[in-house]
Amino acid sequence: MSLVATALGHSAGSAVPVPLAAGEGFESPGVTDFWQPLIGEGAWAITRASIVMVLSVVFLAWVMVAVTRRLAVVPGKAQFAAEAGYNLVRNGLGREVIGSPDFLKFLPLLVTLFFLILVNNVFAIIPVIQFPTMSRVGFPAALALVVFVVYHFVAIKKKGLGPYLKSLVPPGLPGWLVPFIFLLELVTYFFTRPVTLALRLFGNMFAGHLLLLLFTLGGEYMLLHSDAPVLQVLSVGSFAGSFVMTAFELLVEVLQAYIFTLLTALYIAGSLADEH
Amino acid sequence: MEGNIAILGYGLSAIGPGIGVGLIFAAYINGVARQPEARGLLQPIAFLGFALAEALAIFGLALAFVFR
Repeated sequence: MSLVATALGHSAGSAVPVPLAAGEGFESPGVTDFWQPLIGEGAWAITRASIVMVLSVVFLAWVMVAVTRRLAVVPGKAQFAAEAGYNLVRNGLGREVIGSPDFLKFLPLLVTLFFLILVNNVFAIIPVIQFPTMSRVGFPAALALVVFVVYHFVAIKKKGLGPYLKSLVPPGLPGWLVPFIFLLELVTYFFTRPVTLALRLFGNMFAGHLLLLLFTLGGEYMLLHSDAPVLQVLSVGSFAGSFVMTAFELLVEVLQAYIFTLLTALYIAGSLADEH
Repeated sequence: MEGNIAILGYGLSAIGPGIGVGLIFAAYINGVARQPEARGLLQPIAFLGFALAEALAIFGLALAFVFR
């Protein structure tokens, strides 16, 4: 408790200067580092994130068209790689989760989501580009909105609005419990699912990039702006940490693209299922 | 000492998902060790559970930055 009181007291009272180094002190990276308008300002500004998004779409379109323009029965290297990625989504996610005849209709959505998110995420650690599009919450929110509309539309088209809402409650419950469970399921289907879908992708990319910024900027500050030789030696550790975290980020980026697509497939499969 | 109390909230919110993710992957490893051919079936389930448990920690992180 005393620790909490101390922390509160200090943040409310006057700021105590950090005695670590001379000069202005280390500014730790924060939310503001992710708002980078390039052209214009305010809500309609063209930001670095939107440029990266446009770049990723152009890149993806170019790669896909170039690879599949001359399809051969015995594939070359590029065609083999593209087919491996496509098959991962088609068989591992689509056929496995949604089920055999129905998954073909949703394959374009799943493949598009997977590769768009994958390319945007991996751009976050490619030198020069180095900005995770999904760390601006608007981009994952738009993707989650598409998924939200699709799985509700599919369910209502298949079952009708009334039976769909009725199917949210599992059969065989005692009567007094039904309204509570219905409310709970309603919140899950219409609020928790899309919000977690968007926030999971956003949070992972945001936190990962923030960590990279912290290691790199911290190392740079210790090396160039501090007077203590100890800190200049220790900055090597900070830079090494940023390399290790970059490798870890690659894993997280691929995993998040996979999880987003997996959850999309699961929600669609739930909408297509006959009974709860 | 100086800082933001909301970060402590993130620390607290990370405990539960940390334990949960550990349990999920422990069960997944157990399952694959006992029955290696069930791997394809278990993998999406494991990652689904991982994603659901992790969501709580992500909420904590988002709120830590909202209330600063």
